[in-house]
Amino acid sequence: MPNSEANLEQLEVDFQARIDAEERIEPKDWMPEKYRKTVLRQMSQHAHSEVIGMQPEGNWITRAPSLHRKIVLLAKVQDEAGHGLYLYSAAETLGATREELVQLMHEGKAKYSSIFNYPTLTWADIGAIGWLVDGAAIVNQVALQRTSYGPYSRSMIRICKEESFHQRQGYEIMLKLANGSPEQKAMAQDALNRFWEPSLMMFGPTDADSPNSAQSMKWKIKRKSNDELRQAFVDQTIKQIEVLGLEMPSKDIKWNEERGHYDFGELNWDEFFAVIKGNGPCNRQRLAHHKKAHDEGAWVREAARAYEAKKKARAEKAA
Amino acid sequence: MTETNTPIVDYTIRLADDSLTLGHRLSEWCSNGPFLEEDIALINVSLDYVGRARMLYAYAAETENQGRSEDDICYLRDTREYRNLLINELPKGDFAFTIVRQFFVDTFNLLFYTELLNSKDSTLAAIAGKSIKETKYHLRRSKDWMVRLGDGTEESHNRCQAAIDELWDYVTEMFDMDELETGLAAQGVAVDRTALREQWQQIVKEVTDEATLTLPDHDIAIRGGRTGIHTEHLGYLLAELQYVQRAYPGNTW
Ligand SMILES: [Fe+2]
Ligand SMILES: [Fe+2]
Repeated sequence: MPNSEANLEQLEVDFQARIDAEERIEPKDWMPEKYRKTVLRQMSQHAHSEVIGMQPEGNWITRAPSLHRKIVLLAKVQDEAGHGLYLYSAAETLGATREELVQLMHEGKAKYSSIFNYPTLTWADIGAIGWLVDGAAIVNQVALQRTSYGPYSRSMIRICKEESFHQRQGYEIMLKLANGSPEQKAMAQDALNRFWEPSLMMFGPTDADSPNSAQSMKWKIKRKSNDELRQAFVDQTIKQIEVLGLEMPSKDIKWNEERGHYDFGELNWDEFFAVIKGNGPCNRQRLAHHKKAHDEGAWVREAARAYEAKKKARAEKAA
Repeated sequence: MTETNTPIVDYTIRLADDSLTLGHRLSEWCSNGPFLEEDIALINVSLDYVGRARMLYAYAAETENQGRSEDDICYLRDTREYRNLLINELPKGDFAFTIVRQFFVDTFNLLFYTELLNSKDSTLAAIAGKSIKETKYHLRRSKDWMVRLGDGTEESHNRCQAAIDELWDYVTEMFDMDELETGLAAQGVAVDRTALREQWQQIVKEVTDEATLTLPDHDIAIRGGRTGIHTEHLGYLLAELQYVQRAYPGNTW
Protein backbone atom coordinates (compact mmCIF):
# COMPACT_ATOMS: atom_id res chain seq x y z
CA MET A 1 0.00 0.00 0.00
CA PRO A 2 1.58 3.28 -1.10
CA ASN A 3 -0.27 5.49 1.35
CA SER A 4 -1.15 4.24 4.74
CA GLU A 5 -3.42 6.48 6.75
CA ALA A 6 -0.53 7.92 8.69
CA ASN A 7 1.29 8.50 5.47
CA LEU A 8 -1.65 10.40 4.02
CA GLU A 9 -1.86 12.54 7.09
CA GLN A 10 1.82 13.39 6.77
CA LEU A 11 1.35 14.30 3.10
CA GLU A 12 -1.45 16.65 4.04
CA VAL A 13 0.64 18.28 6.74
CA ASP A 14 3.52 18.75 4.30
CA PHE A 15 1.16 20.10 1.70
CA GLN A 16 -0.22 22.68 4.10
CA ALA A 17 3.31 23.63 5.12
CA ARG A 18 4.17 24.32 1.49
CA ILE A 19 1.04 26.45 1.13
CA ASP A 20 1.88 28.36 4.31
CA ALA A 21 5.36 28.98 2.97
CA GLU A 22 3.77 30.58 -0.14
CA GLU A 23 5.07 27.85 -2.43
CA ARG A 24 3.16 27.27 -5.64
CA ILE A 25 1.64 23.84 -6.20
CA GLU A 26 2.50 22.43 -9.60
CA PRO A 27 0.58 19.82 -11.63
CA LYS A 28 2.89 16.91 -10.80
CA ASP A 29 3.01 17.67 -7.06
CA TRP A 30 1.01 15.63 -4.61
CA MET A 31 -2.20 17.39 -3.57
CA PRO A 32 -5.28 16.43 -1.56
CA GLU A 33 -8.06 15.18 -3.78
CA LYS A 34 -10.37 17.88 -2.51
CA TYR A 35 -7.82 20.59 -3.36
CA ARG A 36 -7.57 19.22 -6.89
CA LYS A 37 -11.34 19.18 -7.25
CA THR A 38 -11.81 22.67 -5.85
CA VAL A 39 -9.14 24.24 -8.05
CA LEU A 40 -10.39 22.40 -11.11
CA ARG A 41 -13.98 23.49 -10.45
CA GLN A 42 -12.91 27.08 -10.01
CA MET A 43 -10.72 27.13 -13.14
CA SER A 44 -13.38 25.48 -15.25
CA GLN A 45 -16.03 27.89 -14.02
CA HIS A 46 -13.68 30.77 -14.74
CA ALA A 47 -12.93 29.47 -18.24
CA HIS A 48 -16.62 29.00 -19.04
CA SER A 49 -17.32 32.52 -17.78
CA GLU A 50 -14.76 34.03 -20.15
CA VAL A 51 -16.32 32.18 -23.06
CA ILE A 52 -20.00 32.68 -22.20
CA GLY A 53 -19.19 36.34 -21.53
CA MET A 54 -18.44 36.70 -25.25
CA GLN A 55 -22.17 36.47 -25.94
CA PRO A 56 -23.65 39.51 -24.18
CA GLU A 57 -20.84 41.67 -25.59
CA GLY A 58 -20.87 39.95 -28.96
CA ASN A 59 -24.52 40.95 -29.04
CA TRP A 60 -23.35 44.51 -29.80
CA ILE A 61 -20.37 43.94 -32.08
CA THR A 62 -22.51 44.21 -35.20
CA ARG A 63 -24.29 47.26 -33.76
CA ALA A 64 -21.41 49.20 -32.22
CA PRO A 65 -22.10 52.87 -32.96
CA SER A 66 -18.78 53.84 -34.57
CA LEU A 67 -15.89 52.21 -36.37
CA HIS A 68 -13.62 52.96 -33.45
CA ARG A 69 -16.00 51.35 -30.95
CA LYS A 70 -16.51 48.35 -33.18
CA ILE A 71 -12.79 47.73 -33.42
CA VAL A 72 -12.20 48.16 -29.69
CA LEU A 73 -15.07 45.85 -28.80
CA LEU A 74 -13.91 43.19 -31.26
CA ALA A 75 -10.44 43.29 -29.76
CA LYS A 76 -11.87 43.10 -26.26
CA VAL A 77 -14.05 40.10 -26.95
CA GLN A 78 -11.16 38.44 -28.73
CA ASP A 79 -9.13 38.84 -25.54
CA GLU A 80 -11.89 37.12 -23.57
CA ALA A 81 -11.77 34.16 -25.94
CA GLY A 82 -8.02 34.06 -25.33
CA HIS A 83 -8.60 34.09 -21.57
CA GLY A 84 -10.90 31.14 -22.00
CA LEU A 85 -8.10 29.32 -23.81
CA TYR A 86 -5.47 30.04 -21.14
CA LEU A 87 -7.83 28.83 -18.45
CA TYR A 88 -8.87 25.68 -20.27
CA SER A 89 -5.22 24.79 -20.70
CA ALA A 90 -4.56 25.54 -17.03
CA ALA A 91 -7.47 23.24 -16.17
CA GLU A 92 -6.06 20.55 -18.45
CA THR A 93 -3.01 20.34 -16.18
CA LEU A 94 -5.33 18.70 -13.66
CA GLY A 95 -6.36 16.04 -16.12
CA ALA A 96 -9.65 17.31 -17.52
CA THR A 97 -9.87 17.97 -21.24
CA ARG A 98 -11.56 21.05 -22.65
CA GLU A 99 -14.07 18.81 -24.39
CA GLU A 100 -15.04 17.20 -21.07
CA LEU A 101 -15.35 20.52 -19.28
CA VAL A 102 -17.55 21.94 -22.04
CA GLN A 103 -19.66 18.82 -21.94
CA LEU A 104 -20.23 19.31 -18.20
CA MET A 105 -21.35 22.87 -18.79
CA HIS A 106 -23.75 21.75 -21.51
CA GLU A 107 -25.21 19.25 -19.08
CA GLY A 108 -25.68 21.99 -16.51
CA LYS A 109 -23.14 20.37 -14.18
CA ALA A 110 -20.55 23.13 -14.47
CA LYS A 111 -21.34 26.78 -13.92
CA TYR A 112 -20.28 30.07 -15.36
CA SER A 113 -20.58 33.52 -13.79
CA SER A 114 -24.22 34.41 -13.32
CA ILE A 115 -23.59 37.99 -14.45
CA PHE A 116 -23.78 36.81 -18.04
CA ASN A 117 -27.38 35.74 -17.61
CA TYR A 118 -28.40 39.39 -17.75
CA PRO A 119 -29.24 40.84 -21.16
CA THR A 120 -27.36 43.66 -22.90
CA LEU A 121 -30.25 45.84 -23.99
CA THR A 122 -28.60 49.10 -25.01
CA TRP A 123 -25.19 50.27 -26.14
CA ALA A 124 -24.63 51.66 -22.64
CA ASP A 125 -24.72 48.10 -21.32
CA ILE A 126 -21.46 47.47 -23.17
CA GLY A 127 -19.98 50.40 -21.30
CA ALA A 128 -21.36 49.13 -18.00
CA ILE A 129 -20.03 45.63 -18.59
CA GLY A 130 -16.51 46.77 -19.41
CA TRP A 131 -16.46 49.20 -16.51
CA LEU A 132 -18.27 47.20 -13.81
CA VAL A 133 -18.06 43.55 -14.80
CA ASP A 134 -14.45 43.66 -15.97
CA GLY A 135 -13.75 46.01 -13.07
CA ALA A 136 -15.07 43.45 -10.60
CA ALA A 137 -13.24 40.68 -12.44
CA ILE A 138 -9.97 42.60 -12.10
CA VAL A 139 -10.36 43.01 -8.34
CA ASN A 140 -10.96 39.28 -8.10
CA GLN A 141 -8.18 38.30 -10.49
CA VAL A 142 -5.56 40.56 -8.99
CA ALA A 143 -6.05 38.67 -5.74
CA LEU A 144 -5.90 35.38 -7.64
CA GLN A 145 -2.48 36.17 -9.08
CA ARG A 146 -1.23 34.81 -5.75
CA THR A 147 -3.47 31.76 -5.71
CA SER A 148 -1.63 28.62 -4.65
CA TYR A 149 -2.02 26.55 -7.80
CA GLY A 150 0.84 27.51 -10.12
CA PRO A 151 -0.81 27.24 -13.55
CA TYR A 152 -3.89 29.12 -12.30
CA SER A 153 -1.75 31.85 -10.76
CA ARG A 154 0.26 32.27 -13.96
CA SER A 155 -2.80 32.47 -16.16
CA MET A 156 -4.18 35.17 -13.83
CA ILE A 157 -1.00 37.20 -14.17
CA ARG A 158 -1.24 36.96 -17.93
CA ILE A 159 -4.94 37.82 -17.97
CA CYS A 160 -4.63 40.80 -15.62
CA LYS A 161 -2.26 42.47 -18.08
CA GLU A 162 -5.09 42.61 -20.61
CA GLU A 163 -7.92 43.43 -18.26
CA SER A 164 -7.17 47.06 -17.52
CA PHE A 165 -7.74 47.87 -21.20
CA HIS A 166 -11.13 46.18 -20.91
CA GLN A 167 -12.21 48.29 -18.00
CA ARG A 168 -10.90 51.46 -19.57
CA GLN A 169 -12.81 50.93 -22.81
CA GLY A 170 -16.00 50.40 -20.83
CA TYR A 171 -15.43 53.46 -18.71
CA GLU A 172 -14.71 55.54 -21.82
CA ILE A 173 -18.03 54.46 -23.31
CA MET A 174 -19.78 55.55 -20.10
CA LEU A 175 -17.89 58.84 -20.00
CA LYS A 176 -18.97 59.67 -23.51
CA LEU A 177 -22.59 58.83 -22.76
CA ALA A 178 -22.66 60.59 -19.40
CA ASN A 179 -21.43 63.76 -21.09
CA GLY A 180 -23.61 63.35 -24.16
CA SER A 181 -27.24 64.13 -24.95
CA PRO A 182 -29.97 63.68 -22.31
CA GLU A 183 -30.95 60.43 -24.01
CA GLN A 184 -27.39 59.16 -23.84
CA LYS A 185 -27.06 60.14 -20.21
CA ALA A 186 -30.30 58.36 -19.36
CA MET A 187 -29.03 55.28 -21.16
CA ALA A 188 -25.85 55.33 -19.08
CA GLN A 189 -27.77 55.77 -15.83
CA ASP A 190 -30.12 52.91 -16.69
CA ALA A 191 -27.19 50.60 -17.47
CA LEU A 192 -25.47 51.51 -14.21
CA ASN A 193 -28.66 50.88 -12.26
CA ARG A 194 -29.20 47.47 -13.83
CA PHE A 195 -25.62 46.21 -13.64
CA TRP A 196 -24.73 47.58 -10.21
CA GLU A 197 -26.10 44.84 -7.98
CA PRO A 198 -25.32 41.95 -10.31
CA SER A 199 -21.70 43.10 -10.54
CA LEU A 200 -21.41 43.25 -6.73
CA MET A 201 -22.78 39.74 -6.62
CA MET A 202 -19.97 38.52 -8.87
CA PHE A 203 -17.88 38.17 -5.71
CA GLY A 204 -20.20 35.49 -4.45
CA PRO A 205 -22.39 35.24 -1.33
CA THR A 206 -21.51 37.04 1.89
CA ASP A 207 -18.79 35.40 3.95
CA ALA A 208 -21.42 34.25 6.44
CA ASP A 209 -23.21 32.35 3.66
CA SER A 210 -20.10 30.97 2.00
CA PRO A 211 -19.40 27.70 3.77
CA ASN A 212 -16.61 26.45 1.48
CA SER A 213 -14.65 29.64 1.67
CA ALA A 214 -12.72 28.88 4.85
CA GLN A 215 -11.03 25.81 3.39
CA SER A 216 -10.25 27.64 0.15
CA MET A 217 -8.68 30.45 2.15
CA LYS A 218 -6.64 27.99 4.16
CA TRP A 219 -5.36 26.38 0.97
CA LYS A 220 -4.84 29.87 -0.45
CA ILE A 221 -6.90 29.04 -3.48
CA LYS A 222 -8.75 32.17 -2.46
CA ARG A 223 -6.64 34.97 -1.08
CA LYS A 224 -9.32 37.37 0.09
CA SER A 225 -12.86 36.82 1.27
CA ASN A 226 -15.89 37.63 -0.87
CA ASP A 227 -16.86 40.55 1.33
CA GLU A 228 -13.36 42.04 1.36
CA LEU A 229 -13.16 41.96 -2.42
CA ARG A 230 -16.66 43.35 -2.80
CA GLN A 231 -15.89 46.25 -0.49
CA ALA A 232 -12.69 47.09 -2.38
CA PHE A 233 -14.66 47.16 -5.60
CA VAL A 234 -17.43 49.33 -4.16
CA ASP A 235 -14.94 51.84 -2.78
CA GLN A 236 -13.13 52.26 -6.08
CA THR A 237 -16.31 52.36 -8.15
CA ILE A 238 -18.21 54.97 -6.19
CA LYS A 239 -15.54 57.52 -6.91
CA GLN A 240 -15.85 56.70 -10.59
CA ILE A 241 -19.62 57.18 -10.50
CA GLU A 242 -18.99 60.63 -9.06
CA VAL A 243 -16.59 61.48 -11.87
CA LEU A 244 -19.18 60.36 -14.39
CA GLY A 245 -21.71 62.66 -12.76
CA LEU A 246 -24.33 59.90 -12.61
CA GLU A 247 -26.69 59.29 -9.74
CA MET A 248 -25.82 56.61 -7.23
CA PRO A 249 -27.50 53.33 -8.18
CA SER A 250 -28.75 52.79 -4.63
CA LYS A 251 -29.95 55.16 -1.93
CA ASP A 252 -28.07 53.07 0.64
CA ILE A 253 -24.70 54.14 -0.68
CA LYS A 254 -23.00 56.44 1.79
CA TRP A 255 -19.58 57.00 3.26
CA ASN A 256 -19.10 55.31 6.64
CA GLU A 257 -16.53 57.32 8.54
CA GLU A 258 -16.17 54.70 11.22
CA ARG A 259 -15.43 51.83 8.85
CA GLY A 260 -13.49 53.97 6.42
CA HIS A 261 -15.52 52.41 3.62
CA TYR A 262 -18.70 53.03 1.69
CA ASP A 263 -21.85 51.31 2.87
CA PHE A 264 -23.97 49.96 0.05
CA GLY A 265 -26.93 48.33 1.77
CA GLU A 266 -28.28 44.82 1.62
CA LEU A 267 -28.11 43.09 -1.74
CA ASN A 268 -31.07 41.14 -3.03
CA TRP A 269 -29.61 37.67 -2.65
CA ASP A 270 -32.94 35.96 -3.32
CA GLU A 271 -32.76 37.27 -6.83
CA PHE A 272 -29.12 36.20 -7.12
CA PHE A 273 -29.91 32.61 -6.23
CA ALA A 274 -33.00 32.65 -8.40
CA VAL A 275 -30.90 33.71 -11.40
CA ILE A 276 -28.31 31.04 -10.69
CA LYS A 277 -31.09 28.49 -10.60
CA GLY A 278 -32.21 29.47 -14.07
CA ASN A 279 -34.57 32.39 -13.57
CA GLY A 280 -32.33 34.87 -15.39
CA PRO A 281 -33.66 36.18 -18.68
CA CYS A 282 -30.76 34.68 -20.62
CA ASN A 283 -29.72 31.44 -18.88
CA ARG A 284 -31.36 29.18 -21.40
CA GLN A 285 -30.27 31.33 -24.32
CA ARG A 286 -26.58 31.45 -23.32
CA LEU A 287 -26.26 27.69 -22.98
CA ALA A 288 -28.30 26.99 -26.10
CA HIS A 289 -26.14 29.43 -28.06
CA HIS A 290 -22.93 27.79 -26.90
CA LYS A 291 -24.26 24.33 -27.56
CA LYS A 292 -25.51 25.27 -31.01
CA ALA A 293 -22.15 26.72 -32.06
CA HIS A 294 -20.43 23.64 -30.66
CA ASP A 295 -22.77 21.24 -32.45
CA GLU A 296 -22.64 23.14 -35.71
CA GLY A 297 -18.85 23.06 -35.54
CA ALA A 298 -18.71 19.29 -35.10
CA TRP A 299 -18.30 18.57 -38.81
CA VAL A 300 -15.46 21.12 -39.01
CA ARG A 301 -13.55 19.54 -36.13
CA GLU A 302 -14.16 16.14 -37.63
CA ALA A 303 -12.91 17.26 -41.04
CA ALA A 304 -9.73 18.66 -39.49
CA ARG A 305 -9.12 15.35 -37.71
CA ALA A 306 -9.83 13.32 -40.84
CA TYR A 307 -7.46 15.44 -42.88
CA GLU A 308 -4.67 15.12 -40.32
CA ALA A 309 -5.12 11.36 -40.31
CA LYS A 310 -4.96 11.19 -44.11
CA LYS A 311 -1.88 13.36 -44.15
CA LYS A 312 -0.17 11.17 -41.60
CA ALA A 313 -1.07 8.01 -43.49
CA ARG A 314 0.31 9.48 -46.71
CA ALA A 315 3.54 10.51 -45.01
CA GLU A 316 3.95 7.02 -43.55
CA LYS A 317 3.33 5.44 -46.92
CA ALA A 318 5.91 7.68 -48.55
CA ALA A 319 8.51 6.96 -45.88
CA MET B 1 -26.81 61.77 -56.03
CA THR B 2 -24.44 59.26 -54.57
CA GLU B 3 -21.07 59.79 -56.18
CA THR B 4 -19.00 62.68 -54.94
CA ASN B 5 -17.61 63.93 -58.27
CA THR B 6 -14.13 63.31 -56.95
CA PRO B 7 -13.01 60.02 -58.53
CA ILE B 8 -10.37 59.30 -55.91
CA VAL B 9 -12.92 59.68 -53.12
CA ASP B 10 -15.41 57.42 -54.86
CA TYR B 11 -12.73 54.85 -55.49
CA THR B 12 -11.60 54.91 -51.87
CA ILE B 13 -15.18 54.52 -50.65
CA ARG B 14 -15.62 51.49 -52.89
CA LEU B 15 -12.60 49.82 -51.36
CA ALA B 16 -13.74 50.84 -47.87
CA ASP B 17 -17.23 49.40 -48.44
CA ASP B 18 -15.64 46.14 -49.63
CA SER B 19 -13.59 45.85 -46.47
CA LEU B 20 -16.33 46.94 -44.14
CA THR B 21 -19.05 44.59 -45.35
CA LEU B 22 -16.74 41.58 -45.30
CA GLY B 23 -15.31 42.57 -41.92
CA HIS B 24 -18.84 42.87 -40.59
CA ARG B 25 -19.76 39.41 -41.85
CA LEU B 26 -16.64 37.96 -40.24
CA SER B 27 -17.46 39.65 -36.96
CA GLU B 28 -20.72 37.71 -36.91
CA TRP B 29 -18.64 34.62 -36.18
CA CYS B 30 -17.79 35.89 -32.72
CA SER B 31 -18.95 33.21 -30.24
CA ASN B 32 -20.20 31.11 -33.16
CA GLY B 33 -16.99 29.49 -34.36
CA PRO B 34 -16.47 25.70 -34.48
CA PHE B 35 -13.90 25.96 -31.66
CA LEU B 36 -12.37 28.68 -29.55
CA GLU B 37 -9.13 29.07 -31.54
CA GLU B 38 -11.21 29.64 -34.66
CA ASP B 39 -13.29 32.32 -32.92
CA ILE B 40 -10.07 34.10 -32.14
CA ALA B 41 -8.70 33.74 -35.67
CA LEU B 42 -11.91 34.87 -37.33
CA ILE B 43 -12.11 37.93 -35.07
CA ASN B 44 -8.50 38.63 -35.99
CA VAL B 45 -9.27 38.67 -39.69
CA SER B 46 -12.41 40.69 -39.04
CA LEU B 47 -10.35 43.25 -37.14
CA ASP B 48 -7.97 43.61 -40.09
CA TYR B 49 -10.85 44.22 -42.47
CA VAL B 50 -12.72 46.68 -40.28
CA GLY B 51 -9.44 48.44 -39.47
CA ARG B 52 -8.69 48.76 -43.18
CA ALA B 53 -12.20 50.07 -43.84
CA ARG B 54 -11.67 52.69 -41.17
CA MET B 55 -8.40 53.91 -42.71
CA LEU B 56 -10.05 54.12 -46.11
CA TYR B 57 -13.15 55.95 -44.85
CA ALA B 58 -10.94 58.36 -42.95
CA TYR B 59 -8.91 59.03 -46.09
CA ALA B 60 -12.07 59.53 -48.15
CA ALA B 61 -13.48 61.93 -45.57
CA GLU B 62 -10.26 63.91 -45.44
CA THR B 63 -9.84 64.09 -49.21
CA GLU B 64 -13.46 64.98 -49.78
CA ASN B 65 -13.20 67.74 -47.18
CA GLN B 66 -16.94 68.34 -46.95
CA GLY B 67 -17.26 67.98 -43.19
CA ARG B 68 -18.27 64.30 -43.31
CA SER B 69 -16.46 62.05 -40.87
CA GLU B 70 -15.36 58.45 -41.42
CA ASP B 71 -18.42 57.38 -39.43
CA ASP B 72 -20.78 59.62 -41.40
CA ILE B 73 -19.71 57.89 -44.60
CA CYS B 74 -20.02 54.45 -43.06
CA TYR B 75 -23.13 54.85 -40.92
CA LEU B 76 -25.27 57.33 -42.82
CA ARG B 77 -25.47 55.94 -46.33
CA ASP B 78 -28.22 53.56 -47.33
CA THR B 79 -28.24 50.47 -49.52
CA ARG B 80 -28.40 52.28 -52.86
CA GLU B 81 -25.41 54.37 -51.89
CA TYR B 82 -23.20 51.50 -50.80
CA ARG B 83 -20.63 50.52 -53.40
CA ASN B 84 -19.18 47.19 -52.23
CA LEU B 85 -18.85 44.14 -54.46
CA LEU B 86 -21.71 41.73 -53.85
CA ILE B 87 -19.49 38.84 -52.78
CA ASN B 88 -18.62 40.72 -49.59
CA GLU B 89 -22.16 41.29 -48.37
CA LEU B 90 -23.53 37.74 -48.70
CA PRO B 91 -24.56 36.27 -45.33
CA LYS B 92 -21.84 34.40 -43.50
CA GLY B 93 -23.37 30.99 -44.25
CA ASP B 94 -21.78 27.91 -42.75
CA PHE B 95 -18.07 27.63 -42.00
CA ALA B 96 -17.39 26.23 -45.48
CA PHE B 97 -19.08 29.21 -47.11
CA THR B 98 -17.06 31.63 -45.01
CA ILE B 99 -13.81 29.84 -45.82
CA VAL B 100 -14.44 29.62 -49.56
CA ARG B 101 -15.39 33.28 -49.70
CA GLN B 102 -12.28 34.22 -47.72
CA PHE B 103 -10.15 32.12 -50.00
CA PHE B 104 -11.56 33.76 -53.15
CA VAL B 105 -11.32 37.26 -51.72
CA ASP B 106 -7.95 36.77 -50.00
CA THR B 107 -6.45 35.51 -53.24
CA PHE B 108 -7.91 38.47 -55.06
CA ASN B 109 -6.71 40.92 -52.41
CA LEU B 110 -3.16 39.65 -52.50
CA LEU B 111 -2.99 40.34 -56.23
CA PHE B 112 -4.95 43.58 -55.96
CA TYR B 113 -3.01 45.16 -53.12
CA THR B 114 0.30 44.09 -54.63
CA GLU B 115 -0.65 46.23 -57.62
CA LEU B 116 -2.10 49.05 -55.52
CA LEU B 117 1.27 49.29 -53.81
CA ASN B 118 2.45 51.03 -57.01
CA SER B 119 -0.36 53.57 -56.93
CA LYS B 120 0.60 57.18 -57.52
CA ASP B 121 -1.64 57.98 -54.58
CA SER B 122 0.71 57.62 -51.65
CA THR B 123 -2.00 57.04 -49.03
CA LEU B 124 -3.60 54.23 -51.01
CA ALA B 125 -0.15 52.77 -51.59
CA ALA B 126 0.59 52.87 -47.86
CA ILE B 127 -2.72 51.20 -47.02
CA ALA B 128 -1.91 48.59 -49.66
CA GLY B 129 1.42 47.89 -47.99
CA LYS B 130 -0.24 47.16 -44.68
CA SER B 131 -2.99 45.17 -46.37
CA ILE B 132 -0.53 42.88 -48.17
CA LYS B 133 1.01 41.82 -44.88
CA GLU B 134 -2.39 41.06 -43.40
CA THR B 135 -3.60 39.32 -46.53
CA LYS B 136 -0.65 36.96 -46.63
CA TYR B 137 -1.69 35.67 -43.23
CA HIS B 138 -5.38 35.55 -44.21
CA LEU B 139 -4.61 33.62 -47.36
CA ARG B 140 -2.41 31.08 -45.60
CA ARG B 141 -5.31 30.38 -43.28
CA SER B 142 -8.04 30.18 -45.89
CA LYS B 143 -5.85 28.05 -48.18
CA ASP B 144 -5.12 25.59 -45.36
CA TRP B 145 -8.79 25.34 -44.51
CA MET B 146 -9.74 24.83 -48.18
CA VAL B 147 -7.48 21.80 -48.33
CA ARG B 148 -8.57 20.48 -44.94
CA LEU B 149 -12.25 20.81 -45.69
CA GLY B 150 -12.05 19.71 -49.31
CA ASP B 151 -9.93 16.68 -48.49
CA GLY B 152 -11.42 16.06 -45.03
CA THR B 153 -14.68 14.15 -44.72
CA GLU B 154 -17.42 13.61 -47.27
CA GLU B 155 -19.56 16.16 -45.49
CA SER B 156 -16.89 18.85 -45.40
CA HIS B 157 -16.09 18.18 -49.03
CA ASN B 158 -19.72 18.51 -50.07
CA ARG B 159 -20.26 21.66 -48.04
CA CYS B 160 -17.15 23.20 -49.57
CA GLN B 161 -18.16 22.26 -53.09
CA ALA B 162 -21.65 23.72 -52.55
CA ALA B 163 -20.09 26.96 -51.34
CA ILE B 164 -17.83 27.14 -54.39
CA ASP B 165 -20.77 26.59 -56.72
CA GLU B 166 -22.77 29.33 -55.06
CA LEU B 167 -19.97 31.86 -54.70
CA TRP B 168 -18.79 31.37 -58.26
CA ASP B 169 -21.67 33.57 -59.47
CA TYR B 170 -20.10 36.52 -57.67
CA VAL B 171 -16.47 36.04 -58.72
CA THR B 172 -16.58 37.88 -62.04
CA GLU B 173 -17.65 41.16 -60.49
CA MET B 174 -14.32 41.38 -58.65
CA PHE B 175 -12.58 41.82 -62.01
CA ASP B 176 -14.97 44.38 -63.55
CA MET B 177 -13.70 47.77 -64.60
CA ASP B 178 -15.93 50.77 -65.26
CA GLU B 179 -15.34 54.33 -66.36
CA LEU B 180 -14.29 55.51 -62.92
CA GLU B 181 -11.69 52.84 -62.36
CA THR B 182 -10.45 52.83 -65.94
CA GLY B 183 -9.86 56.56 -65.70
CA LEU B 184 -8.00 56.27 -62.41
CA ALA B 185 -6.02 53.30 -63.68
CA ALA B 186 -4.89 55.37 -66.68
CA GLN B 187 -3.54 57.94 -64.20
CA GLY B 188 -1.66 55.23 -62.33
CA VAL B 189 -3.87 55.52 -59.25
CA ALA B 190 -6.23 52.54 -59.50
CA VAL B 191 -5.57 48.90 -60.26
CA ASP B 192 -6.55 47.29 -63.55
CA ARG B 193 -8.70 44.47 -62.22
CA THR B 194 -9.13 42.67 -65.53
CA ALA B 195 -5.39 42.01 -65.58
CA LEU B 196 -5.63 40.00 -62.34
CA ARG B 197 -8.14 37.39 -63.48
CA GLU B 198 -5.80 34.92 -65.09
CA GLN B 199 -3.43 34.72 -62.17
CA TRP B 200 -6.32 34.51 -59.72
CA GLN B 201 -7.80 31.62 -61.65
CA GLN B 202 -4.47 29.83 -61.65
CA ILE B 203 -3.93 30.09 -57.89
CA VAL B 204 -7.50 29.11 -57.14
CA LYS B 205 -7.29 26.15 -59.49
CA GLU B 206 -4.10 24.89 -57.89
CA VAL B 207 -5.59 24.96 -54.41
CA THR B 208 -8.95 23.49 -55.35
CA ASP B 209 -7.14 20.69 -57.19
CA GLU B 210 -5.16 19.89 -54.08
CA ALA B 211 -8.39 20.05 -52.09
CA THR B 212 -10.05 17.61 -54.52
CA LEU B 213 -12.67 20.26 -55.34
CA THR B 214 -13.92 21.34 -58.75
CA LEU B 215 -14.39 24.80 -60.19
CA PRO B 216 -17.66 25.33 -62.03
CA ASP B 217 -17.47 26.04 -65.75
CA HIS B 218 -20.65 28.06 -66.04
CA ASP B 219 -20.30 31.76 -66.65
CA ILE B 220 -23.04 33.24 -64.53
CA ALA B 221 -21.93 36.65 -63.32
CA ILE B 222 -24.08 38.52 -60.86
CA ARG B 223 -23.07 42.15 -60.62
CA GLY B 224 -24.37 45.46 -59.42
CA GLY B 225 -22.58 46.43 -56.20
CA ARG B 226 -20.66 49.28 -57.80
CA THR B 227 -23.89 50.91 -58.96
CA GLY B 228 -25.76 50.26 -55.74
CA ILE B 229 -27.79 47.32 -57.02
CA HIS B 230 -27.27 44.94 -54.12
CA THR B 231 -28.61 41.66 -52.89
CA GLU B 232 -31.45 41.95 -50.41
CA HIS B 233 -29.04 40.98 -47.65
CA LEU B 234 -27.23 44.31 -47.53
CA GLY B 235 -30.25 46.18 -46.21
CA TYR B 236 -30.30 44.02 -43.10
CA LEU B 237 -26.57 44.29 -42.63
CA LEU B 238 -26.83 48.09 -42.73
CA ALA B 239 -29.92 48.15 -40.51
CA GLU B 240 -27.91 46.39 -37.85
CA LEU B 241 -24.66 48.23 -38.42
CA GLN B 242 -26.30 51.66 -38.41
CA TYR B 243 -28.99 51.09 -35.81
CA VAL B 244 -27.60 53.26 -32.99
CA GLN B 245 -26.57 56.11 -35.26
CA ARG B 246 -29.97 56.10 -36.93
CA ALA B 247 -31.98 55.80 -33.73
CA TYR B 248 -30.08 58.58 -31.94
CA PRO B 249 -28.97 60.93 -34.70
CA GLY B 250 -26.45 63.66 -34.12
CA ASN B 251 -24.74 62.17 -31.08
CA THR B 252 -21.14 61.14 -30.66
CA TRP B 253 -20.27 57.78 -29.18
FE1 LIG C 1 -11.31 38.04 -19.28
FE1 LIG D 1 -12.11 41.21 -19.57
